[in-house]
Amino acid sequence: MVRLLYTLPDETMLNIEDLHVKIGDREVLHDVNLQIREGETHVLMGPNGSGKSTLLMTIMGFANYTVTNGKISFNDRDITHLPIHERAKLGMGMMFQRPPTISGLKLGKLLVATSGNNTEEVAEYAKNMHMDRFLERDINKGFSGGEIKRSEVLQLMVQKPDFVMLDEPESGVDLENISLIGAAIGNLLEKGSHLMKRKKSGLVITHTGYILDYLDADKGHVMCDGEIRCHGNPREILKDIKARGYKECLECRQN
Amino acid sequence: MPAELSKDLGLSAEDQERLAQSGIDLTMGNRCGSYIQVNQDIVQESCQEEGIEVLSIANALKKYDWMKDYMWNLVTKDKDEYTRYVADAAEPKGYVIIARKGSSNILPVQACLYLGREKIQHVHNIIIAEEGAELHIISGCTSGQHVGKGGAHYGISEFYVGKNAKISFTMIHTWGEDIEVYPRSAAKVEENGVFLSNYVCMKPVHKVQMYPTAHLVGENSVARFSSVVIATPGSLLDLGSRAILGAKGASAELVTRAITKGGTIISRGHILGKTEGTRGHLECKGLILKDGTIYAIPEIEGNVVGTELSHEAAVGKIARDEIEYLMARGLDEESATATIIRGFLDVKIAGLPDALQKQIDAAIDVAEKAGF
Repeated sequence: MVRLLYTLPDETMLNIEDLHVKIGDREVLHDVNLQIREGETHVLMGPNGSGKSTLLMTIMGFANYTVTNGKISFNDRDITHLPIHERAKLGMGMMFQRPPTISGLKLGKLLVATSGNNTEEVAEYAKNMHMDRFLERDINKGFSGGEIKRSEVLQLMVQKPDFVMLDEPESGVDLENISLIGAAIGNLLEKGSHLMKRKKSGLVITHTGYILDYLDADKGHVMCDGEIRCHGNPREILKDIKARGYKECLECRQN
Repeated sequence: MPAELSKDLGLSAEDQERLAQSGIDLTMGNRCGSYIQVNQDIVQESCQEEGIEVLSIANALKKYDWMKDYMWNLVTKDKDEYTRYVADAAEPKGYVIIARKGSSNILPVQACLYLGREKIQHVHNIIIAEEGAELHIISGCTSGQHVGKGGAHYGISEFYVGKNAKISFTMIHTWGEDIEVYPRSAAKVEENGVFLSNYVCMKPVHKVQMYPTAHLVGENSVARFSSVVIATPGSLLDLGSRAILGAKGASAELVTRAITKGGTIISRGHILGKTEGTRGHLECKGLILKDGTIYAIPEIEGNVVGTELSHEAAVGKIARDEIEYLMARGLDEESATATIIRGFLDVKIAGLPDALQKQIDAAIDVAEKAGF
C-alpha cells in the first residue's frame, strides 16, 4: 500500500474531555472522550439505548441534557454551556432522527429565514433534494420517513455547518432515497474535495453502515452503557458487529 | 382624495396606522367599494363594482320598500340590551351592501367603523348576496387613541346568502383597551351558498362579546368561521360561533386559534345537526404564553341519524422540542418562539381571495413584529 506523502493537518475541531451527562437524576454518559479533526468523519455505533443520541444532543446543547463534569470544545472554544443557537452560529449542525412537527410553519419559510433570505439558493437546493413540492407544507407534518430525511438534509445544506451530526441518516429510507440522501450528505462533508482541502467534519450514528458507502468515514467508535468502549476502523468494527453482535464485543461485555 | 379624506376625518398619523392595520385602505387602491362611519356620521358610501351597491341603511330604507323585511329578521330586537339599544335609536345607522344576481367582486368592499370621541357607536348592517353572487367584505373596526373609558360599539349584522351565492366577511378589530364591543350577527345560507366569517383581534380591547349564528337552510350550504385572537392583560374575549345544519348536505367548520398573554378568552362553539347528511367540525387550539385564561366550551349536538359532528380542543404551551429544533438551525430563543407562534396562528381559509388572506396575514405579522 502506498503511504500518503502528506500528513493530515492536526487541527482538532471537536474536543470532548471527561464528559459526564445527566438526564434528570440519572447519569447517562460517563467519562466520554472524543476528538474529531478538521475534515474527518467519525462513525458512532452501539446498541439501542447506549447513549449515542444522547451524546449528539449534548454536543448540540439541548436543555434536558445536563453536563455535570467535563468539557466540550469546538475550534478551541469552550462551548459546554453555550445555548444551542450560538453553537449553530459557530458552525455546528444536526440532522434529527425524529424532528418535531411545527404546525403552520412552512418548510420554505424556515429555509428562507436560515439562508438569510436567499430564496434562489433555497429553490435550487430544494429541487436537488426533490423537496420543491414541500416548501409550502408545514414542516414535518405528514412527511414520510424518506421525506423527513430529505428535509433534514436540505435544512443542513442551507445552514452550511462545518461540523455535521447525523443521527441514523439511513433509518426508514428506501433504496432510491438513500443514494440521494447519501450523496447529499457526502457533499455536506466535502467528500468530493481533496483530503487536504477538506474542512468539514462529521459524526454519524449508524446501525446498518449503509451510509458508509457514501461517506468513507475515517474513524469508528462503539458506545456501550454511556461510554465509548472501543475505537478503530469503522468498516472493521461494523464487520465485527455484523458477525458477532455487540454482546460479543469484548469491551461491551465488561459490565 | 385620500389625503383629504383622512383630513376630513381628522385622523392623526397614529390613528391612520391603526385603520390600515384593520385593513382599511383610505386610498381605495385595493378596494372596490367603501363605507366609512365615524361615530354616528356617515363619511363615505360608494362602490364602483357593477352589480354591487353600498349605501347607508337610512338611504337603503328610503330607496327600497322591501329593505325593512330584512331588518330584525335574523337577529331579534329584544335579544338583549344591546339589540334593544340599537332598535330604539332615533335614526338607524350602519350600512347595506347588496350584491346583485350574478355579480362578483375580487377586490373587497371595505366597511370602516371608527369610534372617535363619542361614547357609543351603534350600527345595523344588512348584507345581501343574491343568487349566484360573490361578495367579499373587509370590516375594519377601530377606535381613536383618545377614546377613554366607557367607549362601546354595538353592531347588528344580518347576512343573506342566496342560492349558489357566497359571502366572505373578514373583521379585523383594532380597538382600544377601554372599549367594549358587542356584535350581534346572524346569517342565513340558501342552497349551495357559502358563508365565510373571519375574525382577527391582535390588539388590546376591554371586552368583546359575540356569538354569531349561521342558519344553513339550503341543501349543501356551507359555513366556515375562523377566529385568530390574542388576549392581553385586561382583555376579555368572549367569542363563540354557532352553525345550525338544517338541510341535507349542509356542513360547517368552526376554527379558533387563541393565545393569552394574561387576558381571558372564552371560546364557545355550537354545531347543531338537525338533518341527515350533514357534517360539522369544531376546532379550538389555545396557547397560554403568560398566566391567563383560555376556556374552551365546544358543543356539538346531533338530533338525527346521519349527522356527523366532531370537535377537538387543546390548550397548552409551546413545546420545548420545537423551540430547540429551530435553535439548532441558528434561530435565537426569542425568534424561534415567535416563529412557532406565527405558525400556530397561521390559518389558511379555503375559498378566501388572496387579497383578504394577505390582509389577515398582515394583521398577524404586525403582532409578530411587535413581539406578540
